[in-house]
Amino acid sequence: MLTTHEELRTCLSTKANAWLDSALADADDAARQGPNGPSGRDIPRWELRFAAAGRECGDPQAAQAVRVLLLHTARPNPADVARLYARGTGDERRAVVAALPYLPLTPAEGVPLIEDALRSNDVRLIAAAVGPYAAVLDAHAWRHAVLKCLFTGVPPAAVAGLADRALGDAELGRMLRDFAAERTAAGRPVPDGLTHVLALTAKGA
Amino acid sequence: MRIFDPHIHMTSRTTDDYQAMHAAGVRALVEPAFWLGQPRTAPESFLDYFDSLLGWEPFRAAQYGIAHHCTLALNPKEANDPRCTPVLEELPRYLVKDGVVAVGEIGYDSMTPAEDTALAAQLDLAAGHSLPALVHTPHRDKLAGLRRTLDVVAESRLPVDRVLVDHLNETTVKEARESGCWLGFSVYPDTKMDEHRMVAVLREYGPERVLVNSAADWGNSDPLTTRKVGEAMLAAGFSEDDVDRVLWRNPVAFFGLSGRLALDPAMPEALHEGNSILRGGE
Ligand SMILES: [Zn+2]
Repeated sequence: MLTTHEELRTCLSTKANAWLDSALADADDAARQGPNGPSGRDIPRWELRFAAAGRECGDPQAAQAVRVLLLHTARPNPADVARLYARGTGDERRAVVAALPYLPLTPAEGVPLIEDALRSNDVRLIAAAVGPYAAVLDAHAWRHAVLKCLFTGVPPAAVAGLADRALGDAELGRMLRDFAAERTAAGRPVPDGLTHVLALTAKGA
Repeated sequence: MRIFDPHIHMTSRTTDDYQAMHAAGVRALVEPAFWLGQPRTAPESFLDYFDSLLGWEPFRAAQYGIAHHCTLALNPKEANDPRCTPVLEELPRYLVKDGVVAVGEIGYDSMTPAEDTALAAQLDLAAGHSLPALVHTPHRDKLAGLRRTLDVVAESRLPVDRVLVDHLNETTVKEARESGCWLGFSVYPDTKMDEHRMVAVLREYGPERVLVNSAADWGNSDPLTTRKVGEAMLAAGFSEDDVDRVLWRNPVAFFGLSGRLALDPAMPEALHEGNSILRGGE
């Protein structure tokens, strides 16, 4: 869910709101200019805002919502989205991943970013990667994403559309049972939430 | 004892170190970009390193309750390698990021013309980005290196009170102090200061503008020397307040000049309580 400018306004200070107004104006300019914007080494103004959101907004959660809104407003082209992700801080990468549902990218352009995020070991990035955009993952990649969440301690509730997609998925059920068996054999606890997902896979099967 | 290690290369350290540092009182640190021991051969190699200082390392540190910030720069050693210098053109894209609290480590290694150029250019970048600068003093020919460093700082548009000159010792502290810069001391086995010499320097010059760091890296080093200095200070009769000033308030004041210090390393509760990643997702 995109946090709107109006919603953000209520949780930011006066100073941060003034900053956000001009940041969104910069993002609007970028969207209007499209490919005619600054090129080469000149950094577009909205990208400077995107980078500075944390210190300008104060509150980390609001800053992330601001970054997503800036991406949504500036509508960067797929190559720029990929660059903002690849050369982003942890916060910036999560914002790009969270913004994917609102950006004009084809699955062929968006999926590699999600796949990269799922390869990481940063649980915050993994949690972002299993958001709504993960619906475009194929069955194999999606099952491994769910398993990785359980493996790394990301609550399965972070997986968007889990109940629908896991329903009756016998292969996911097998993977979860094998993982649980491995943990039990090692004398280690089975992660919270595994039983819940396993129950989903057994339903409607 | 709350500790802010203002100079430590966590990239080269294990999670055991993070644990031990937290147990010793370390709650915040700054990781300056530096030489990795293995030469880089392309600017992209720096960018991957910067990305790690802005993503992976802060995440790793947060798991152990430590706030991680970094300083970014082309280091003096690799400033001499034309395969690396193009990274200077990429720095502006990185210096704007949250989590970057200074330009650094810059300074001299062998005092070459290429190092002159890189130092002046990066002091200018610091001024242009409203960032302070972390300038190290060379391992060899230290006093001459300090003097040349202070000359270049004086010629730059970065005010000297926004410069931290690091790796100081008994032979360089006096001139550095007179210049008005912030004073960094690395307490590092064999090659730099030890905690007892550090206490003697503090006795002579006082705690004003003094920062103490471990400079721990891939060499024979110790990430807990900051704590050892705190204890040696108390044993020598310094007050708790003096210790707090040197080990916490001074680094907060210096890196706070960036306006980008965020000292709460808290992670989202739901993730923090879970079986978060240790040793590659175990
Ligand atoms: Zn260093």
